[in-house]
Amino acid sequence: MTSTLERPTRSASAPAGARQPRRIGFGQRRSAWDLKFSPYLYISPFFILFAITGLFPIAYTAVISFMDWDLVRNSGHFIGFDQYTWVLSQPKFWVALRNTFSIFLLSSVPQLILAIFIAAMLDQNIRAKTFWRMSVLIPYVMAPVAVALIFSNMFGDQYGVVNTTLQNLGLPAVPWHSDALASHVAIATMVNFRWTGYNTLILLAAMQAIPREFYEAATVDGAGKARQFFSITLPSLKPTLIFVIITSTIGGLQIFDEPRMYDQYGTGGADNQWLTVTLWLYNIGWGEWNFGRAAALAWILFIIILAIGAINMFVTRSLVRDEGGRDQRSRRERRAQARAAKQRLEADADRRSTPRKEARR
Amino acid sequence: MKNRALRRVALVAAVASTSALVLAGCSGGGAASGGDGQVTLTVATFNDFGYTDALLKEYTDAHPNVKIVHNKAATSNDARANYFQKLGKTGLADIEAIEVDWLPEVMEYADLLAPVPDDLKSRWLDYKVKAATSTDGKLIGYGTDIGPEGVCYRSDLFAAAGLPTDREEVAKMLQGDWSTYFAAGDKYVAATGKAFFDSAGGTYQGAINQVEDAYENPANGEITATTNPEVKKIYDEVLKASATQSAHLGQWSDDWMAGLSNGAFATMLCPGWMLGVIEGNAPEVKGWDIANVFPGGGGNWGGSYLTVPANGKNVAAAQELADWLTSPDTQIKAFENAGTFPSQTEALKNETLLSNKNAYFNDAPVGQILTDRAEAVKVSPYKGKFYFQINDAMQKALTRVEDGTQDAATSWQQWVTEVDALK
Repeated sequence: MTSTLERPTRSASAPAGARQPRRIGFGQRRSAWDLKFSPYLYISPFFILFAITGLFPIAYTAVISFMDWDLVRNSGHFIGFDQYTWVLSQPKFWVALRNTFSIFLLSSVPQLILAIFIAAMLDQNIRAKTFWRMSVLIPYVMAPVAVALIFSNMFGDQYGVVNTTLQNLGLPAVPWHSDALASHVAIATMVNFRWTGYNTLILLAAMQAIPREFYEAATVDGAGKARQFFSITLPSLKPTLIFVIITSTIGGLQIFDEPRMYDQYGTGGADNQWLTVTLWLYNIGWGEWNFGRAAALAWILFIIILAIGAINMFVTRSLVRDEGGRDQRSRRERRAQARAAKQRLEADADRRSTPRKEARR
Repeated sequence: MKNRALRRVALVAAVASTSALVLAGCSGGGAASGGDGQVTLTVATFNDFGYTDALLKEYTDAHPNVKIVHNKAATSNDARANYFQKLGKTGLADIEAIEVDWLPEVMEYADLLAPVPDDLKSRWLDYKVKAATSTDGKLIGYGTDIGPEGVCYRSDLFAAAGLPTDREEVAKMLQGDWSTYFAAGDKYVAATGKAFFDSAGGTYQGAINQVEDAYENPANGEITATTNPEVKKIYDEVLKASATQSAHLGQWSDDWMAGLSNGAFATMLCPGWMLGVIEGNAPEVKGWDIANVFPGGGGNWGGSYLTVPANGKNVAAAQELADWLTSPDTQIKAFENAGTFPSQTEALKNETLLSNKNAYFNDAPVGQILTDRAEAVKVSPYKGKFYFQINDAMQKALTRVEDGTQDAATSWQQWVTEVDALK
């Protein structure tokens, strides 16, 4: 074990008095630079563009968030954390946060369960595979605003298709635009309609990458379809599921189109029933032209997303480590080994440098 | 060797494309005026102002050195976003149309607009001029159209309820203040069990527009809405009536559009431009009519102005064109093109306007009716910079009561809290 980690000692093989070239030619130097800097140069267009269109606005937003900003006169005066205090002290902010998370949960959870189910069905031997696979993606191709328009009409309180059907079945009508939870369900339905097919296809691709031998072996062992699904399919989907969860988290926290199009005013309901954080941000910025407050809210949202992203990352890491199983050693063992290897290297370097110094002298 | 050459080419291309993108972001198109007295004027409007190419050609024929480029935004909201993003900077047209809804916000920046010459001030109705006059007495908008309000009603539903159906008699029945209107509503509800008007919000809007200083003190801009007894009175009155008489259909909702045709309500407060909305949403209904009356006197809802940004390239030429576009004669032609009801006193005496009839509304003489309604408007409500936020919150407060989320007292309290947070 230890012997394999030993580095071959190269110093001994190099002849001590080998002639070093005095001057390196320019061409040679240039190709050295080429090797060193070219990769950075090639990826620089993205980063330069990102700095202009991404980094600068983010920083500028931060500056504005500390000011009482007048968009038209393009000027403002510094007021410290007042805008942040204002945002956090508004009951609206907490309602918006509640709505955002509620809609996010109502859309992500059923959507993922449904997507896994449909993907599992599509993974079976069915006729006209391509047709079915393309069909689930069609809602994704539709413009979100068009989806929102159609669904808002269906969820009309008095003459909408959904309530008319419910009443024909003898059930009470649902107050889609006055009850908070009902409005969240309606909006989550639009989101689910649009994104389920997209997630289905991603999960289907992951399912098809699972080696078929697993299933064959399980069948031989006498495991039923359900058991195979829970013991083979689901565990193998973990990395893909994590990707899908992260993307839908980011999307869910920024949900805007659907609540904005949900009623005729687009301001989140009479009692803020479906006011989301981004929708409120838009209303403050482009409804009231108060960009200082909007900027402060944008930064608060940014920090929330960062925090949730960090939580996601920790959860993801532990999940992937458990699942990958590439490194069976414990953390302490790995650290100890790394330390030992480092010490050996240092000792090695010491041994090498001493004779060289003598030779120069 | 070949590889390296290729690499160099790729590098140059990469750098060039990056800088091209950067430069493209900075350069902006600008309209230029030629050297030989040639002027290109841009006019930006929204919806339909009735400024057809043929109409604009009349001006360019009379002024051969002028070229007009007319840009139309789809909605007033698009125009509003564009206006405030560019006002005081560059990129606005020489003449920009604005709507009454966001006029109070524009008034905040009255110093960035070229004032209308004093000798034109007598051209428009008093309240049209007053609304667009800044605190230091500068008029900043050339008035185009207004929205004088009458009462639209369903004569077939009135007949079923045993109420008069003839528009003269309906006007006589509703003549008076708001309590007369609500009393008629009680009769209708008692006879049919159906709703009398569309929503508390729309009805409230009609009443609050008759209050001089509803929400703010014009002298110092202080918010007085929550302590103004008149606001509270209208709020209580409207909600008391709406409990039995309202169809609870928020204006512009899908349900409301359906209600226009399915008889969910029998009357609606009706500015001139609403006639087209009703006809468009209920083309097959025969019963809609309009009565020459409005509860509590006159009322105006909507209308627009033309403004000339002061930092434009051709301010003088633009003012001349705006003057012509809002002259009584031109406005009558615009009315013929798009039904925009004129705000110019001279135009209100015009025969074309007065003889205008609407076939859908049972051949009602809408030109004459709306002219009478325009002259009945006596109050020019003061709208300060918080007007629309306060009013929007009020509309939501009314909706909360209408949809049963809250009772009237709780909803009022929440509105007070929201208004207090505005300062």
